[in-house]
Amino acid sequence: MSDTAFSLPRRDLLRGGALVVGFALAGPALAQAPGPRAGPPPATPDPAQVDTWLAIHKDNSATLYLGFVELGQGTTTALPQVAAEELDLDLDQFRVAPAETNVTPNQGGTYSSASIARGSPQVRAAAAEARLALLTLAAARLATPMDQLEVSRGVVFVKGDQGRRTVTYGELIGDRRFELKVSGKAPTKSPRAYRLVGSKAERRDLPAKIKGQHPYIQHERLDGMIHARVVRPRGQPAYGAGAKVISVDEGSIAAIPGARVLRRGDFLAVAAEREWDAVKAARQLKVVWDAVPTLPPQTELYDRMRADKTTDTIVLQRGDAAAALSGAAHSVSMTCRGPYQSHATFAPNCALADVRPDSALVICTSQDIYNLRRELGPILGLAEPKIRVQFRDASGTYGHSCYDDVAQAAAIASQLAGRPVRLQFMRSDELGWDTYGPAHLGDVRVAAGPDGKIIGYQYDGWHHNWSQVETSQQLAMGTAPTEWPTFASQTVATGTCGGQYAIPNLKLVNHHVPGQGYLRGAWLRSPLDLSFAFTSEQAIDQLAYKLGRDPYEFRRLNIADERWMGVLDAAAKEAGWTPRPAAARLADANVVTGRGIGLGTHLQSWGGAVAEIEVDKASGRVRIKHLYGAIDAGLVVNPGNVEAQIMGQLVQTASRMLMEEVTFDEHGVTSLDWRGYPVIGFQDCPEVTPVVVQRLDQPSSGAGEEVMAAAAGAIANAFFDATGRRLDQYPLTPDRVKAALASPALV
Amino acid sequence: MAQITLEVDGRRRTAEAEPDEPLLYVLAGQLGLTGPKFGCGLAQCGSCSVLADGVEIRSCVTPAAAVQGKAITTLEGLPAWYAHERRLAKAPDMHPVQAAMIREQAAQCGYCYNGMIIKAAELLAKSPRPTETEIRTAMNGHICRCGTYPRIIKAIQQEAQAMAGEQA
Repeated sequence: MSDTAFSLPRRDLLRGGALVVGFALAGPALAQAPGPRAGPPPATPDPAQVDTWLAIHKDNSATLYLGFVELGQGTTTALPQVAAEELDLDLDQFRVAPAETNVTPNQGGTYSSASIARGSPQVRAAAAEARLALLTLAAARLATPMDQLEVSRGVVFVKGDQGRRTVTYGELIGDRRFELKVSGKAPTKSPRAYRLVGSKAERRDLPAKIKGQHPYIQHERLDGMIHARVVRPRGQPAYGAGAKVISVDEGSIAAIPGARVLRRGDFLAVAAEREWDAVKAARQLKVVWDAVPTLPPQTELYDRMRADKTTDTIVLQRGDAAAALSGAAHSVSMTCRGPYQSHATFAPNCALADVRPDSALVICTSQDIYNLRRELGPILGLAEPKIRVQFRDASGTYGHSCYDDVAQAAAIASQLAGRPVRLQFMRSDELGWDTYGPAHLGDVRVAAGPDGKIIGYQYDGWHHNWSQVETSQQLAMGTAPTEWPTFASQTVATGTCGGQYAIPNLKLVNHHVPGQGYLRGAWLRSPLDLSFAFTSEQAIDQLAYKLGRDPYEFRRLNIADERWMGVLDAAAKEAGWTPRPAAARLADANVVTGRGIGLGTHLQSWGGAVAEIEVDKASGRVRIKHLYGAIDAGLVVNPGNVEAQIMGQLVQTASRMLMEEVTFDEHGVTSLDWRGYPVIGFQDCPEVTPVVVQRLDQPSSGAGEEVMAAAAGAIANAFFDATGRRLDQYPLTPDRVKAALASPALV
Repeated sequence: MAQITLEVDGRRRTAEAEPDEPLLYVLAGQLGLTGPKFGCGLAQCGSCSVLADGVEIRSCVTPAAAVQGKAITTLEGLPAWYAHERRLAKAPDMHPVQAAMIREQAAQCGYCYNGMIIKAAELLAKSPRPTETEIRTAMNGHICRCGTYPRIIKAIQQEAQAMAGEQA
């Protein structure tokens, strides 16, 4: 194992200034002996050890080692807040080590909004253990009982001693290992005593990012590297269909200096010394692909899903939904459709790889570097410990975009070229070969008694699961295209499909459509929930309308859980909601306004939202004027981060409800740039009001995606309030809006 | 491949470029700048923006050879450009709109902010007190996938007010 294969290009690391965690320091073991690490890399750090999480340095600063990565959500500010709180250090004394297999702990992938929910208890326990050890050392050094000691900024004082006897953490342990297990028994602070946790703290990574000094993956360089681009058909065919190369005309790029073709099976890339030459070679290379139709026409998508051989499971059953629905005084049934949507990652994914006969270094933006390392083993023919995967910041991706695909592509290309490779996707690769948030078809029936209480509910949902095999691996090795096994996030959701309300008779049925023959799928921020809420919250709202009740009051009548009530009330209060039935103010004017309310979540936490919209009947254009969104995520470590997350969720929900839809024909995806796949911009961006419902006494849960469902429902309901029509498909393109307006009013 | 001479952030720089090679590849590749960034290569998103003689251009589609003789300002040189525009004795650490964006905690991933700041600086130089509608219109070709537009608008408004205050 050579050192070069594993040493970080210091130039790039140090350029930013803010993220200065020298590689010499990046690892608890290395804190003792700075310098490049020789020999084989160690195994994955043991999460049961304090040293895996923390190092205290001689200058009384500290390094926190995190497996969760920074995607712009503020994790590298919030988790140090938790550690600093327990250790009585300040935030400015903490650095965060860049995530890397073999150096930082495996906390699982950075998804499901888990960084705080799962990460903060881990960090809190390790920090509390370290504090106890440090105070034990301090008590001996200062010859004072531990309960007579107090700490500020890592300086230990004796109470009432006017600072005569002190010792710093750095003096007690500086750059030595704790050699201590996380017992989970060290005392943690009471939330009532928190100084840092629960308060806003400014993002520590922002100044360098706003000054343009922060090195993103796209700036990373390796000595001796070449530039590469993948060559694939423009727009993916069906998952599992692959892309068969019939012939490649290498002569078509002969005029480009140093350009070469890299091929393994149907995996095709081009490389050149200069990046622009690689871009041109990818455009100019003549390839004949086996073009066979593999997808249904887009207009037949939902019929095909419904008719497919599905695997059906009852997700939740309570009472007798069928009986309650058939005998009810008032009932509503709806069928709605949600589109495939893309992560539309703003910065096309990029990775660097240096694959040698006996080792590999992969620098990438994978949100699960440990899983990627496992995938790379068989692809490269290397044992896992010989592969080192490092994370670098890139743009946000909101779920599983092409970050693992591009890392595999770079690694395969490096192995083929025998040189370090930097491989970046182009815009059309990113939008055309994404793993999309799956399309969804939902049937919902809901019924209430004369007293306005919901008595029966049934939701049937059709969609396929997430794809498990990256495109690069599939093309290079012909790996069979498997799907993730069915689990929450890929099934009709108890939280958003009726679970907001106290309903005695309820049945949720998941119809798992087999994934082959459809587009590649993966988790996209708040997976499936926008579609669930678009369907279910419209039905709840329509039931309120049938009963002549205000939609907010109707929901209050049917909520038993105080946390659902909390977010509903918070959103309504912020929006200045005054009760009246929906669609009570229909107007003949061309431009009409409406308001709507919705509830929903993703797996955990509680989200409530209110939308105010405007509909231009002639043009079919919907303008979302204002979105209010409230989240209860238990103990919120950094309310500033969560406000930002709510803002982003509301704007992205507006985008996904109004304009985002992957388009395809029978040969492949056709939405390949920002015109084909538009996302919301300055002109259409609504005003947004985030509300954080802080609950210091409750465990932290996720806050990165839990108000999108509520907002989707609120937008659809606002459309009814404005027009008296229900929508059965989003995004709300002008054509769909005009078709809805041409249908008979439901009022 | 030809040698070209560019004026980047007030300095003469020589580089090698093919006739059709976009300016971005020279700035980010050969000159090692980390401000302008690749986003689409199609002039659709704005992450690659720079100023050419004070006018915002998309460096991902503009051939480097075509901007010889123009003064190119990247994010790195924006504070000095601002000082020159405002006849300040010394360049500040940041353009004031950057400071406003940090105050607003506007960015999330931050990748699009190069273009946001370049475009906002161009707007404020031309129109020191833009209305919200003017801000939305001017900024509209710049995409933020994180959806931080409301805070960008607020930062620009705040900065416009502060700059107006300075002049009064």
